[in-house]
Amino acid sequence: MSQTITIDPVTRLEGHGKITIHLNEQGQVSDAHFHVTQVRGFERFSEGRPFYEMPSLMARICGICPVSHLIASAKACEAIMSVRIPHAAAQLRRMLNLAQMVQSHALSFFHLSSPDLLLGLDSDPAKRHIFGVAAGYPELGRAGIGLRRFGQHIIELLGNKRIHPGWVVPGGVTEPLAPAKRDEILSLLPEAYANIQLALDAYKKTFASFRSEADVFANFPSLFLSLVHEDDSIELTDGTLKLIDAKGSVVEEGITAHRFTEVIGEAVEPYSYTKFAYYKPLGYPDGSYRVGPLARLNIVKSMGTPRAEKELAEFKQIADGPVQSSFYYHHARLVEILYGIEKIEQILSDPLILDKHVRATAGVNRLEGAGIAEAPRGTLMHNYKVDENGLIVWANLVIATGQNNNAMNRGVLQAARHYIKDGKFTEGILNRVEAVVRTFDPCLSCSSHAFGQMPLQITLMASTGEVLDTVTRS
Amino acid sequence: MSKLTLATVWLDGCSGCHMSFLDLDERLLALAELVDIVYSPIVDRKDYPDHVDIALVEGAVASVDDEKKIHKIRAHTKTLVAMGDCAVAGNVPSMRNPIGPKAILDRAFIENTTSQPQIPCIVVPKLLPIVRPIHEFVKVDVFLPGCPPSADTFHAALTALVTGTPLDVPALTRFGA
Ligand code: SF4
Repeated sequence: MSQTITIDPVTRLEGHGKITIHLNEQGQVSDAHFHVTQVRGFERFSEGRPFYEMPSLMARICGICPVSHLIASAKACEAIMSVRIPHAAAQLRRMLNLAQMVQSHALSFFHLSSPDLLLGLDSDPAKRHIFGVAAGYPELGRAGIGLRRFGQHIIELLGNKRIHPGWVVPGGVTEPLAPAKRDEILSLLPEAYANIQLALDAYKKTFASFRSEADVFANFPSLFLSLVHEDDSIELTDGTLKLIDAKGSVVEEGITAHRFTEVIGEAVEPYSYTKFAYYKPLGYPDGSYRVGPLARLNIVKSMGTPRAEKELAEFKQIADGPVQSSFYYHHARLVEILYGIEKIEQILSDPLILDKHVRATAGVNRLEGAGIAEAPRGTLMHNYKVDENGLIVWANLVIATGQNNNAMNRGVLQAARHYIKDGKFTEGILNRVEAVVRTFDPCLSCSSHAFGQMPLQITLMASTGEVLDTVTRS
Repeated sequence: MSKLTLATVWLDGCSGCHMSFLDLDERLLALAELVDIVYSPIVDRKDYPDHVDIALVEGAVASVDDEKKIHKIRAHTKTLVAMGDCAVAGNVPSMRNPIGPKAILDRAFIENTTSQPQIPCIVVPKLLPIVRPIHEFVKVDVFLPGCPPSADTFHAALTALVTGTPLDVPALTRFGA
């Protein structure tokens, strides 16, 4: 009399996924999976295209983090061209990436997770959304919309379009920054600072009531990976990769993009269209690791901006060594928003930021190239091979969600085991299992996205056909 | 009069159209005064409601799940809007059409894999041989092209649909915008 609970679709997620929870004959959770149910084929259908088309084509993988794909792809192309992009272009792309970090983190925290955090995991599902937050907490609802708008507005000012700007190209960017646009970005900063302060205060105040969730929301030791600057400060656009273990000791560092596939492998599980990345020397699944805001704050030693530096110091107090519970992705995300705003301000004071040299040109000087950037949800790698004419002959992408895939699956199982006893569960319990996935902010568009046509109704049925329990979510 | 209901749905797209919808920013709050968003990736309802006044559908039809879903949406929706170039014309998702699903899956899960190569088959839906735009499956009432259509386009289009005033799409957006 074993049963399966299906949550389909997982809502308030960027893209759709399903969760299945398997119960044994005693009604105890025996296994659980997070399924990503769409695959799109960019790695294959990009073959034959000219490499310089890749950034704008690959951006269409994801409308939430197109900037990360633009940047990782452009960097892979620049490796093929063997060029170093002009300083101003590098700084402008860094600013674009930070703007995206702010808007995407705001989306994850406010639009997707704040209904759980502010209204409650057991609150009425019909009102558990951003509009419910805006009704109950008008200031915070507006702060979230405002922070997302801040990031999107900067992307539009730089790239002339909020989503899929064509401005990032192999070799740099197409247009320098105009002084009027710089001034407009500067004018947006005070409101953004005020909004993130509101959010940090609200999160810290509300966290006390989520301690028991923090204990079981993917709370286990693991490896962590992210880009870092050479002085071990945070770095989202350049730098090299560093991998630490659960105690915080360095496993590998200084991993450059072209060495990425030497150390990182990808496994397939039959239940997901998203692969499972792992650190090759430890094999799969032992070499599984986490990426994203939690990994980044666990790895870096400083933020390089004053207010985020203070927040990092406070974050490091949470645990002795790396913070293990994925619940703290939320906290780390807010610290990174603050960092993003501060860093944008810093970059705008660069005396060369208005420089007109923003694009390097070259043809094919190498037949293979790889590029890495930190997407909001974690490390993103593009790797291309071209022929002598610059046409793509092979492409491989390793996306953040694949690198968190093992941890998301373990986390779903951990929470399901903790909350579901004797085959009994409530809507609020299933929402907790979904909320574990939300902490990771997986972007299922990047690999896929599922689409649930399955009903809201979850039925536990005995093999005799007897209905044991039903939960309706509408 | 009760409020109109709005659904937003994701098929095989990149979510960029949904993000552009969210780019309504503060105008979202005003929109929520006029319509109830009853089904969407940003709300918690799991099933498609029996009656929806306006549905914005992003993405092309690429898997058996997408196909089932678009028929269900059509059956329960008054005004179905194909949102963005993928929904309108196939766009990027249909670039796999000359290659076919087998080669796509082989590349991702067999060739570009270092452990346990296999084609996923549990719970995940089968891919259709050809990715096609929505109107090849069901009747579409409004085509809103763009990759993605801008937030201003959404604002103007939704205002027209909600108030029942004429909607001049070519004045707002175009394919590839
Ligand atoms: S039309 Fe463009 S923005 Fe919309 S889903 Fe398709 S690729 Fe994404």
